[in-house]
Amino acid sequence: MASTAGTSPALAAASESTRKRGRVGYLLLLPALAWLTLFFVIPLYSLVATSLFDPSGSDFRGYTMSWAWGNYTDALQEYWQPLLRSIVYGGIATLFCLILGYVLAYAIAFKAGRWKNLMLVLVIAPFFTSFLIRTLSWKLILADDGLIVNTLQAVHVLGSDGRLLATPVAVIAGLTYNFLPFMVLPLYASLDKIDHRLIEASGDLYAHPAVGFFKVTWPLSLPGVVSGTLLTFIPAAGDFINVQLLGSPNQRMVGSVIQSLFTDANNYPAAASLSMILMLLIVAMVLVYVRRAGTEELL
Amino acid sequence: MSQVAEAPGSEDGAATGKDATYDGLRLQKVTKSFATFTAVHELDLDIPRGSFFALLGPSGCGKTTTLRMVAGLETPTSGSITLAGADITYAKPYRRPVNTVFQSYALFPHLDIFENVAFGLRRRRSKDVESQVHEMLALVELETQARKKPAQLSGGQQQRVALARALINKPEVLLLDEPLGALDLKLRRAMQIELKRIQTEVGLTFVHVTHDQEEAMTMADTVAVMNKGVIEQMGAPSVLYENPRSTFVANFLGQSNLIEGTVTGRSADVTSVDMHGISVSVPTARTHVDGDQGWIGIRPEKVLIGEPGEALDAPGNTIPGGVITDVSFFGVSTQYLVRMPWGQELQVFEQNTGRTRIFGHGEKVELSWRPEYAFLLDHDQDATAGADRDD
Repeated sequence: MASTAGTSPALAAASESTRKRGRVGYLLLLPALAWLTLFFVIPLYSLVATSLFDPSGSDFRGYTMSWAWGNYTDALQEYWQPLLRSIVYGGIATLFCLILGYVLAYAIAFKAGRWKNLMLVLVIAPFFTSFLIRTLSWKLILADDGLIVNTLQAVHVLGSDGRLLATPVAVIAGLTYNFLPFMVLPLYASLDKIDHRLIEASGDLYAHPAVGFFKVTWPLSLPGVVSGTLLTFIPAAGDFINVQLLGSPNQRMVGSVIQSLFTDANNYPAAASLSMILMLLIVAMVLVYVRRAGTEELL
Repeated sequence: MSQVAEAPGSEDGAATGKDATYDGLRLQKVTKSFATFTAVHELDLDIPRGSFFALLGPSGCGKTTTLRMVAGLETPTSGSITLAGADITYAKPYRRPVNTVFQSYALFPHLDIFENVAFGLRRRRSKDVESQVHEMLALVELETQARKKPAQLSGGQQQRVALARALINKPEVLLLDEPLGALDLKLRRAMQIELKRIQTEVGLTFVHVTHDQEEAMTMADTVAVMNKGVIEQMGAPSVLYENPRSTFVANFLGQSNLIEGTVTGRSADVTSVDMHGISVSVPTARTHVDGDQGWIGIRPEKVLIGEPGEALDAPGNTIPGGVITDVSFFGVSTQYLVRMPWGQELQVFEQNTGRTRIFGHGEKVELSWRPEYAFLLDHDQDATAGADRDD
């Protein structure tokens, strides 16, 4: 009897504490909510609105909302090439990052031993210099009379007047270089979590190391592969700095088009609708990708 | 490899020919050294085919390293390992007919139970994977769980999956690395019986590594007690328990009272020993001493306790002058600590059969044991070796 009497206050206290925890949870969400409302929801609303403004408006005459859905078809018609190029360049750079990054992350996670932390610092080290400086230095690396171009000319990979700057190669190289750390870190995080005994177990169960990699290590690293490719592909596809510094108008990506529409041409409706198209395209691709990778099952 | 193949008639046939006829697992002079220490030192071990063999020892004694060398996960520094006559010392793990049940199971978290169990079969492109897996899951009573992920199962169920995943490959030798260590006591007891049943059913060689002496004794046909990289003693559990050869084995397997004594006479059957002024005798077959000094060993449950001067039914060694310093009543038994005239405290277990009354703290008693239960160990050994188990 005494025990029943004792439980009811305890129960009350428990539900009280759950309620409190719930309230604290919401309170903790507030700063982020405020931030996102201010800097994401409102700008997004403004972007959507701008994309539907009357395209004949200008800074002088002002803009009117005319539900001009035609802005979208116009943008697609006029800029489908840079849009496609962005997806292709971003995709190729992501693939290179994945190959380079996987090998590196694998080495750090499984083979680096006591050099692990140093190597991780080295992966992040480029962030200590500005993005612009790093991209500019690639201009020197790939310069017309630079070591790389001269060597490639000497072995006849490039013609005697061939160059790398202002070619897709330079743009993709720059993108690969700049976004590699975004690939390496998530890959490392998920490779490092893999219990080494699982790999031993696969060997014990007759899997050749190569088979063991594809049956055990690779599937267990998929969360890292997915987040790494997303963190690389999304900014790479929207990038305009690499094209501007390492490419030419022939390699124009959608990011540079949007930038020039906004800042040089002051064609806000076209710039906004192109931004929306890029965003929706990426969201759609990400959804398909995550679903196909089946990573939600791994979590 | 080539040596074994051409063994009959070849020059070194005498050495390798013997291996070729031995169908069990044989380790010869196996040593494993790491940078700073030697984990296993010149280990010789013969494990007969079809036996349930336990490697028992405290943590760090080299038992897991030995197991990993058999599995191919470590390479011996020197020595050789042969299995059914074939040299597997340097064979890759995926080429050995050996499977392991890992300490924390190491189940593949991204595969369901069915695919975990099927893993080895699929790697070897075996036929009828489906039916074999179902059969194996039936053996470990997990048929209904086939499509669950390992994380959805309890510890005991995961343990059975690990066992099924290894057993389904019908290895020559199944290695079990502390397979029950993560389970609670009750489940562990149940799994011990289960493992023993499965071993009898499938008839494979089981090599079981454990630090739990009770587990080793209840399950294995043969137990090898390992300490500091070498095997201290090997044999049937009852032989190890009744006739230990070293203080380490005497203390690590169960408990022992070890009392200093000096040998005064030897015959073929009986060795007489002076124990603090009392003459006791020990069967000569159970004496393992080099000099005259030794440790007389007697298991606590072999010691009888009685009133001073009471004629206990044990003829022979009677030791008067004990005083009870501690009494613990367990229900089925009572455990006494008895201080002897020479200052040592001896442990005594008395079954509560009602034959004698339960003595109280401070009472004077007389101890007695039958000579055939005692054993004599070398005095150079540490009397406390193996006594402080950390489990």
